[in-house]
Amino acid sequence: MRGGIPYYIIQDLRLSVAGLSRALMANPPYNEMFSREGAGRAHYLRYSQWLGDQPAERLAQKRAEADALFHRVGITFAVYGQEEGSERLIPFDIVPRVLPREEWIQLESGLKQRVRALNSFIHDIYHDQQILKAGIIPTEQVLCNSQYRPEMQGVDVPGGIYAHIAGIDIVRDDAGEFKVLEDNLRVPSGVSYMLENRKMMMRLFPELFSAHRVAPVDHYPDVLLDNLRSVAPTGVADPTVVLLTAGAHNSAYFEHAFLAQQMGIELVEGQDLFVRDEAVFMRTTQGPQRVDVIYRRIDDDFMDPLVFRPDSMLGVPGLLTAYRAGHITIANAIGTGVADDKSIYPYVPEMIRFYLGQSPIIGNVHTWMLRNRDDREYVLAHLPELVVKEVHGAGGYGMLIGPAAPQTEIDRFRQLIIAAPERYIAQPTLALSTCPTFAAAGLAPRHIDLRPFVLSGREVSIVPGGLTRVALREGSLVVNSSQGGGTKDTWVLET
Amino acid sequence: MLSRTADHLYWMSRYIERAESLARMVDAHHRMSLLPHSPDELAGSLQATMKALHMIEAYAGRHARIEPQSVFQFVSLDREYSGSIFSCLRSARENARAVRGSLTSELWETLNSTWLDARSQAARRSVDIGEFVEWVKERSHLTRGVTIGTMMRDEAFHFTRIGTFLERADSTARILTAHQSDLMPGADAGGVPDPFQWSVLLRALSAFEVYRRVYRDVITPLRVAELLILRDDMPRSLLRCCKEVYGNVRSVANQQSAETVRRAGEMHAMLHFARMEELLSLGLPRFLSQFLAKLNDLGSRIAADFLGSQTEA
Repeated sequence: MRGGIPYYIIQDLRLSVAGLSRALMANPPYNEMFSREGAGRAHYLRYSQWLGDQPAERLAQKRAEADALFHRVGITFAVYGQEEGSERLIPFDIVPRVLPREEWIQLESGLKQRVRALNSFIHDIYHDQQILKAGIIPTEQVLCNSQYRPEMQGVDVPGGIYAHIAGIDIVRDDAGEFKVLEDNLRVPSGVSYMLENRKMMMRLFPELFSAHRVAPVDHYPDVLLDNLRSVAPTGVADPTVVLLTAGAHNSAYFEHAFLAQQMGIELVEGQDLFVRDEAVFMRTTQGPQRVDVIYRRIDDDFMDPLVFRPDSMLGVPGLLTAYRAGHITIANAIGTGVADDKSIYPYVPEMIRFYLGQSPIIGNVHTWMLRNRDDREYVLAHLPELVVKEVHGAGGYGMLIGPAAPQTEIDRFRQLIIAAPERYIAQPTLALSTCPTFAAAGLAPRHIDLRPFVLSGREVSIVPGGLTRVALREGSLVVNSSQGGGTKDTWVLET
Repeated sequence: MLSRTADHLYWMSRYIERAESLARMVDAHHRMSLLPHSPDELAGSLQATMKALHMIEAYAGRHARIEPQSVFQFVSLDREYSGSIFSCLRSARENARAVRGSLTSELWETLNSTWLDARSQAARRSVDIGEFVEWVKERSHLTRGVTIGTMMRDEAFHFTRIGTFLERADSTARILTAHQSDLMPGADAGGVPDPFQWSVLLRALSAFEVYRRVYRDVITPLRVAELLILRDDMPRSLLRCCKEVYGNVRSVANQQSAETVRRAGEMHAMLHFARMEELLSLGLPRFLSQFLAKLNDLGSRIAADFLGSQTEA
């Protein structure tokens, strides 16, 4: 999974760091299962009763069974640079994250609204740029962004859809409010874990599913395929869809293979495709076969060595020519990164107002843009309380978690911000909601987030649920976004 | 289907078949090592077999002398030697992983857990070779059963089967090569045939019981050769393998494969209408080396016509 868990899902061990502990004590996190007074939340009642009835040995045995099954099925991510055939499991926690129906309805409409606005924004940026002309977003912040692709200017894509698959990271703050933490509009991953976690839960605890009305998720591949076919180039009656992967050594390869198999489409690598007369073909045992839609799981930079990185072996030479001629659909489109960049994120609520004339249903995490003088002054005065992120940084690099950082680190960031304020944003340290989770010593609260997957094509749709990621303790005091992330099954209750 | 996918499927099944053939070979010799035979005899048979399988050089790089235990260890579990059973299981799994979306999940899980088990067995301090090769055979049976029982009869299946039978034909021909001197007319002229060599040969090809059922008589070189070369109903015979290769190649024929299909058919027809006397008058060594050369040619042609990076035209 790109980026792993968000860096400021703080592991519990981190609570021993005095500053952070104080910060969290001032705003204790929202617990998904229990209210502040310790009463069970209504939608978890039946589950927590059931859990209380389970002998510890049974749960331990089920956890071991889950591990063995995940290994056998090969639901793993490749670990780079180790012996061939060695892959790691993403830890799976058997306590589900449960969302009541009314919360999901609100989330669903908020997510659809947000993704509609994001698609309108990308279309606008690559066409008339009205939002820039209206002065809502500073022009240079978009056009000088490294994720802006001038090659896409004036290119029409089917239905005007760019982010066909969006993974929106949602967190719940200490007041119990949902907030968007991040939009992932390039190649969001993790949906296979949503599907496999559900399969695993149904296998381990079938009785829970007869006692609860859990909205199904296993039709996601059908919806995805339908969505991809609906955005084929005009005039193609029966489009051929393929999934483009970087290959078996890519960390998300399991997911690529899984989705291709579930959709019944070919899993191709760059070497399997070629471009002739501005059309894309794949090499098959029966000769070349025309391809209409590419669900790509590699980044823009690697797509076409003739246009982007010339050293890329993963892409297809000439692909952009075919794309610009409208003979192939690429999902997600080239250039969507311009809308999920951290420097653009603060403007998404404005986009919703600008393009849809609506007020946002789900808000952003409050963000200070350090290029603005007022914001900068506030942040510099409150650094020990805040989280500072580098605008173009990714994967947990170049950031400051104020409450947990030593004074020297805070001083270093102060200098960095003063030197180049436009390169940074700041956010409050969030007390992310927690959910009971199996830790070494037994059940304990652990911080979680949620990544639902929003599909846009003929219409916008979301399979009820998503991937719940949980910060598990890894026996180390070092918190790193790529360490210790686990997953849970996510239940949306129908009643 | 994608040429690359077909290529991975083809090699996946070749490697599994190769692991099984090697396991049979080790098994036959391992059994014999438990019986009171002259050590020279066993070492001689191992030497001839390794020579036919082109293993001598790699073996000599690691072990000074041909000793049964080190040969068994080398062929079964040597992690560095790319031709060991262990390496074959890894290669089968790596090929499967590259196209796991084209396999049924049961087939993928079978190959994946075979590899995971092999890895943990190899990590043990001492491995019972007899148990290990027995386990390899079982996993191969299971893989074959899952293949036949769960895969669509489409191109993916045909390429899988082509890999299986090309590899099996190759293996049978090489084991026959290792024992060719015992199969020449007059090899038993001295009276009693060498029961040791026969049983190794027949067991390595899973033909010991079949032989008894078919002939209900003493073992003679002519019949052994006939059983393993010309019997249509013998699963590991050259004729049977060529018949399967031909049928499967025909099913995947494309615009450029006419000559390949013809040659596969020719190999099948040649064996189908052959008589043992003719083969013997040609000389078994000559026949076997010609056969292996043709098989090799067929393999290259299949790779070029279906599996390789095709030209764009």
